[in-house]
This record gives sequence, C-alpha cells and structure tokens, in this order.
Amino acid sequence: MRHLPVLIVLLPLVAAQLCLLISKIHYKAGRYTVLAAVTGSLVMSVMLLRQVIAEGSVHYYFGNYKVPIGIEFYVDTVNALILVLICLIGALTFMYTTPFARTTDKTLVGAANTMISLLITGMLGMTATGDVFNLYVFLEITSLSAYCLISLGGSRGIVAAFRYLLVGTVAATLYLIGVGILYGITGTLNMSDMAAILSKWGNEGAMLIAMCFLIAAFGTKMALFPFHGWQPSAYTHAEAGSRPLISGVMGKIPAYGLFRYMYCIYGTDYKYFRVFLIVLGILSVCSMLYGSIRAMAQTDIRKMLAYSSVAQMGYIILGFAIGTPLALCGAFLHMFGHAFMKGGLFFATGAIRHKFGTTKLEDFGRIYKAMPFTCGLLVVASLSMIGIPPTVGFFSKWYLAVGAAGTGEFIYIAVLVLSSLLNAIYFFKLIEKVFIQQKSAKTEALPAAEGPEVPLDMMIPIVVCFLAILLLGIFNAKIVDILMLAIKGVAL
Amino acid sequence: MISITALSLRPALAVLTTLIASGLIYVTGERVKANTREAITFVAAFINAALVYSMIPAVLAGKTIKLTVIEIVKGIGFAFNVDAAGMVFACVSATLWILTSLYSVGYMRGHGEKNQTGYFAAFAMCICAATGICFAGNLITFFIFFEALTIATYPLVVHYRDEEGTRSGRKYLAYTLISGQIMFAAIVIVYVCCGTLDFVPGGFIKPEDIPMPLMLILFFMMVGAGMVKAGVMPLHSWLPAAMVAPTPVSALLHAVAVVKAGAFATLRVVLYVFGPESAEYCHGADILAWMAVITILVSSLIAIRKDNLKARLAFSTIGQLSYIVLGICILSPSAAAGALYHIVAHAFMKITLFMAAGAIFVTTHKKNISEMVGIGKRMPVTMTAFAVASVGIAGFPFIVGFVSKANIIVGALEQGKPLFACTLIASALLALAYLMPVVYMAFKKDVTNPDFPCKAEASKPMLIPLVITAVIAVVLGVCPNFGLHLYDLACMAGNAIFGIGGSLL
Repeated sequence: MRHLPVLIVLLPLVAAQLCLLISKIHYKAGRYTVLAAVTGSLVMSVMLLRQVIAEGSVHYYFGNYKVPIGIEFYVDTVNALILVLICLIGALTFMYTTPFARTTDKTLVGAANTMISLLITGMLGMTATGDVFNLYVFLEITSLSAYCLISLGGSRGIVAAFRYLLVGTVAATLYLIGVGILYGITGTLNMSDMAAILSKWGNEGAMLIAMCFLIAAFGTKMALFPFHGWQPSAYTHAEAGSRPLISGVMGKIPAYGLFRYMYCIYGTDYKYFRVFLIVLGILSVCSMLYGSIRAMAQTDIRKMLAYSSVAQMGYIILGFAIGTPLALCGAFLHMFGHAFMKGGLFFATGAIRHKFGTTKLEDFGRIYKAMPFTCGLLVVASLSMIGIPPTVGFFSKWYLAVGAAGTGEFIYIAVLVLSSLLNAIYFFKLIEKVFIQQKSAKTEALPAAEGPEVPLDMMIPIVVCFLAILLLGIFNAKIVDILMLAIKGVAL
Repeated sequence: MISITALSLRPALAVLTTLIASGLIYVTGERVKANTREAITFVAAFINAALVYSMIPAVLAGKTIKLTVIEIVKGIGFAFNVDAAGMVFACVSATLWILTSLYSVGYMRGHGEKNQTGYFAAFAMCICAATGICFAGNLITFFIFFEALTIATYPLVVHYRDEEGTRSGRKYLAYTLISGQIMFAAIVIVYVCCGTLDFVPGGFIKPEDIPMPLMLILFFMMVGAGMVKAGVMPLHSWLPAAMVAPTPVSALLHAVAVVKAGAFATLRVVLYVFGPESAEYCHGADILAWMAVITILVSSLIAIRKDNLKARLAFSTIGQLSYIVLGICILSPSAAAGALYHIVAHAFMKITLFMAAGAIFVTTHKKNISEMVGIGKRMPVTMTAFAVASVGIAGFPFIVGFVSKANIIVGALEQGKPLFACTLIASALLALAYLMPVVYMAFKKDVTNPDFPCKAEASKPMLIPLVITAVIAVVLGVCPNFGLHLYDLACMAGNAIFGIGGSLL
C-alpha cells in the first residue's frame, strides 16, 4: 500500500520496455502486456484514490531521502482523480487499437503500443510528481512519445509531428528557464519546499518573469490560444488508435501542471496573482471563441474536433482564471468530462472510419442506420460539448458560471453562453449530417468491416464513454465533494 | 409511513416511466412489430396517467408532495415538488398523451410515414420532459427538463428530413437554444444573489435583493426562454415554421407540450421566482403584459389572412398562448387561476382543431381552407368537432374557453386594467373572424363540391380522439370541475401565490 504512488507509474513503464520484445512472439502479445499493466495501474489508482479520500494526501519519498534532497511524489484528491482518469482512458485506448492495426508487422505494432504505454507513463508521472525537475523529465517522456505516435500516422503525420517537435522543444526549454529562475531564487526543486521559501523570501519580479515562461510553456503543451498552432494537424494525423488518448487526456496534464504552479507553489497571496488571473482569463476567452469559430469551418471531423479542443481547454483555464473553489471544481470536472467527451468523439470517429473508411463530414449522411450506438455516443458527447443537461458539460459550465458570478465577473458568463451557442452550431451540423442528410454514394461499408456495428473491443470504449458522460453529469456533486477536499485549502 | 413514501415517489416514477418507454421504443422499435412498439407507448401512457391522477387527492387536500432524488449540483437537490399549478399541467399532458398516441397511430399509418420508431420515441421523451417540467421543485431541475424538451422536440420538427424540415429545425434550435442559454445565465446570477432556487408560491426574490436595472434585465433574461416557447411576439417565428412536421407533432407542439411548457415557464418565473411584488416593482410584468396584448391582436390579424389551415391554427395558437401570459402578468388571483385553467382549455380545444385538420389532410389531402368548401358533407363528425372547438376558442359560453377567459377578464377588472379586458373581447371577435369562415365553408348548403361526393370519415383511431377532446371541451365548459377537479386546482394555485388561505372560490 505504501508504494502505490510509484507503482502506478512504474507498471506501464516496465510494460513499455517489455512490449517490443514480447511483440516478437505475436503481434498482439505486446498489446496484452501493456493492457494488463495499465489495468493494474487503474486498479491501484482507484485504491490510492480511496486511501487519499479516507486519510488525506500522500507523500512518497524515493529511497526515503527526505525533502529537499530526495524526489517526492505528492498525491491529493485532485491528482488521484486525474491518475484514475489517465489509466481509464489509457486502458480503453488499448482495447480500441487492435482493429486499426492494418499491418501485422510485429515491430510497427509493438512500437506503437510501446509508445502509447510510455505516453501513459509520462502523463502519470507528471500528475503524481511533487518535484519541478521531475515534472520536466516526465513532460519530455510524454512529448517524445507523442511525437512518435503522431509521426506513425502516415506521411502527413510526419510533417505534423515535426512541427510539434519544433514547437514542443521550445516549450520545454521555456519551462526549463522558468524552473531555472525559481531554482535560482529558492535553491530547491521540491514543490512544497519551494512554496514555503517563496512565500517568505520570494523575489516578486523574478517570480513574475518565471511565471510568464511557465504560462507560455504549459500553454503550448496544452494548446491554448495563441500557442495552439501545432495542435490541429497533430491531433488530426496522429496514429488512429492513440488519437483518443492524445486528444482526450494529453492536453489536460499540462493544465494541471499550471494549476500546481499557480495555486500550490505561488499561492493566492502572491503580489501579482491577480495579474495572472486576468492574463489567463483573456487567453481562455480568446481560446474559447477562436477555437469554436475555426471549428465551424472544418470539413474533416477530426480537424473540427481538434479545434474544438482548443475551445474546450479554454473552459478549463477559465476556471483557473476565476479561482474560487467552485470555479476550480468546475475546471477539473470539465477536465474529466471533456476527456470522455473528446475521447468518445474520437472513439466514434475511429469506429466510423473503420466501418466506412471516411472522416469527411459530407460523407456522414444517415450513418445512424448502420451504427446506432456509435451515433448515440456522438449525440450525447455533442450535447455535452454544448452544455445541455443532464450531461457533464452542463454541470462543469454551471460551476464555472457560479464561480464567475460570485466574483462579479459577468463577462465570463456572457462568454460561456456565447461559446455554448457557437458549439451548438457546429455540433448540430454534425448531428444534422449523421441523422438527416441523404446517404452519400461513398458511404459503403468497407469489405473488411462487414457484420455487426463494430468489433466488441471497439464497442466497449464507446459504451463506457457514453455512460461516463451521463453518470459524471448526474453524480457530479460526489466528484465535487472529493475535489473540494484538496481545493478548499488552495483556492482564493 | 410506507404509503407516504410511495406517494412521494410518484412524481419521479411518472417521469421515469416515460423515460424508460422512450428508451425502449428507440432500442427495440426496429426489431419488433409496429403493434408491439405502439403497445409500449400505450402501457406507458396509462401508467403515467394513473400515477398523475393518483396524486390529485393529496394535492387537493392542500398538501405538496416533495421528493429530492439526489444532490444534482453542490448545494441544490434534484427535487420534485408537486403543487396545484404543476398538477394542472401534468393532468393535461398525461390525458392528452393517451389521445394523441391513438391519433398518431391512425395518422402515421394512414399517411404511410417513415421513421415511426424515432417519432414515437421522441414523442415519449417530450412527455417525459413535460412531466418533469410540471413537477420540478426548483429552477435547476426545471431547467434540466426544459432543455431536454428542446432537444426531444428537434427530431419531431425535422421528421421529414427534407430541406424545409432542416431549415425549420435550425430555426427552432436557434430560438430555443439561445433563449435557454440566456436563461441559464440568469439562473446562475439569481442563485448567487439569493442563495436558493426553490420555487415558492409568491416568489423568493424580494425587491431589495437585486438593484433595479439588473432586476429588470434578469426578469427578461429568465422569462425569455418561456416567451420563445410560448411564441410571444417578436419571438414567435419558429412556431409557424415548425408546421412542416406531421400533424400529430403540430398538435403536440402547439397544444400540449412545447408551447404550454413555455407558458408554464413564464408562470413559474413570474409568480414562483420573482413573485407578484418583485415582478410589479421591476415593471417586468407590465412590459410583458403589453407584449402579450400586442401578440394577441397581431397574431389574430395574421391568422385571418392565412389560407393554409395549419398555418391559421398556428397563429391562433400564438394568440391564445399570449392569453395565458397576459393572465399571469395581470398579477391577480383570479387572473392567475384563469391563466392556469386556460392551459387546460386551450389544450383541449386546439388539439381538437389540429386533429381535425390532420384528419382532413389524411382523408382528402387538402391543406388549404379555400379547397374545403362543402367538406362538412363528407366528414360531418370531424367538422362538427371542429365547429365546437372554434366557438370555444372564441370564448363562447358553455365551452371550456369561456371559463378561463372570464376569469382573466375578472382579474383584469379587479386590478383596474379595463384595457386588458377589452383586448380579450376584441380578440374573441377576431377568433370568430378567422375560424368561423372555415366552418361556414364546410357546411355551405347550396354548393356541392365534386371532391366530396359522399360521407367518408377518417379512420377510427383518428376520429375517436378528436371526438373525445371535443366532448371534454364541452363538458368542462358546463362543469369546470368535472373529473379531475382541474378548476379547483387552478384556483388553489392562484390563491397560494397571492397568499390567500386555502379556501376555494
């Protein structure tokens, strides 16, 4: 039990090392290894979550070297929930990838599975760590495996991956500069230690500069406007099986990193804290509006969803920019909800592509007849994106709006309303295509995909996402209670 | 204790029955025979009606049935609260669901419609949402069902999946979603200002809670969603456009669920959230009342010029719904009771008219009034029902429309607002002017239309419901309390809002 935090991260890491070797035996064997490892992590993260709820946050010191010498993993209710989320979507992704393995080339399939496993390791580590440099290491693991996965998505994927590589490396460097400045002031890399020192002897000017670097770095990694340039093509052309994981979860972890810096390390008493709130508020509003407007113009559903992600990241950052406990809960609830919505939409898109071989919106005419469950998920996820009750999207929006009204920032409520309506335009366009538009000549089922709607291992993720969107919505008060345990102490 | 628990579960059960029915129809609809599928609808409709009716005695005795299912957002429960006002609307929708379902079967089969599974599933979903709207105990529960109704109606509007249907669907969504989102913002602000969202007869917002210009803005942000669904001008234009849908949908949209939900939303917002005192203080009620007056007059004038029968009825609906809005905004006990009873009255009369229009369309394929000369010879029963409902709409005594209108007029005079009373009388004359020509033309003696050679009524499933609704319209007109004690319930609600003790009129 004591070693849970590290085991959760370690298991996928070990599986990733073994995956390529085991794949030599059979091209599917590697996948089962990593699936088992991630499922193990999922079970352990649920256990950890229960422990954290019951007994309060957990500090884990590597090799029992005390802070500030050793490396620390720090888990409270917020990141325990995020750990569960990563493992869950990760496990679903592994279930889902097989039908996409067009090739039975052992090396290629094995490599893809290894990379997905490493991506999960990186994200788990970023979430659990309590050390700023350790966070950099995991950030790089995440990014490098993402570059590989995107480049596996064909020739356009390679271009997208290269672009992401250039931008991502700059972002990582910016992060390192920010950490360097903070290390220069405090002489420590441990987060709680750093927070304690900064609150006493902080150099406010240097801290301001460091935070600018950090916002730029995390903003790039989570694809916040105006740092989002790499994101649409990367999400669109990433390797098909891993797309739900990349688009659903990968962007959220840097956002959590930013939360850690703002609320846990700098703290709300920091002199320029309000300035950051305003800056983040402006960035998030721009993201929400710009992402939605660009999404409307897309003809490829993957690109539309990618731009919609830019907008949805805006919701999360908006919660950070409002800063009251309820607004932060709204931001995290949206983080969980959006992982299932966007992950689910990409699961559904992948299923449609598997069946009909198309991702163009104009070819989607009346596919609901052939794929009722997939289209059910499309509708529920779309409604959740717009924020129609009782889906989770409505409730996260509710908390954000209540937070904004509480601090008198009515402009944010107006933006939330406007953004919902913009979302409605392009998601109802999708629903119209799926249910109303005449069947296109091109939408003939691929010969390989005869038979039932989709294979069972693609169906499970679709059903899970469908249920998660509704259940997270209906039982959101429970999640908020859990989040509050950790958020109460740090929020405004 | 057990009986009390069972009683308090009923509102949730009523909503759940319809929800399950909707899901069942959608999932199994294509795999089972059409008769089995329709059986699901009828079983659910009867269970729903039984559950709703069984709560009447408790409500009549002055109790309210409260039930909180779960905490839906931090600090607010997903709460049902069955009071007299909700009961009136619930009885209407439960009763008319049975009749409309019967009619739908006749219409959809008689007309050979496609996509019937989706149709019946969405229909059940609409009733589920309407039932939830009736019983919702606070604004957030109300809003959840209100938005569910918006979404559930959309597939019905675009039923034919053609270009016109798509366009109407978009228009419908644009109106309802925008107003819904604005209402959402208003709910959030009210929650932050007042700390509660529970409906209270007489309202929970006190004039001193919110500063003045903000209060008026909030009033219209919140009531806007109701105004759109109730078709108050200038927010009405989705309603005639939604006419492209099949006739039973129009009957449902215009007589039972959607527009009535809008009127009911207005009632809840004006009298249960703001309350008479605040609504008068912020002048919102006055402005809304005048908008309703304009709507009543203008829509009647437009209706006179429409040749398409369904379009004429649609504009008539817009006018009649504004009666309810006007009755609410007069802010007096009898006017509120009249407004609530007009939900009942208009439902039975207008659904008769729409069903008759649909029956004519299916049997003779005529849409326009000018082609219907002499149709009374071919379909005497249908047209008699149509004639009864027409004079009822105009407010003729002994038909249900008279009861509600008389109450509203009395309320207007009590409050010293004779202009509103004049509007109602003028609009009654206008209603005669747009509906009676249809009746005259149908029964014209000296002309024999070659299209209508002999007597041939619509099929039984269509004929029976429309006769029943016409009969109910007359029975309730003679004896407003017949059966379900709806008039008493409406009066109770009116008295509760204005703080007059539980005694009946």
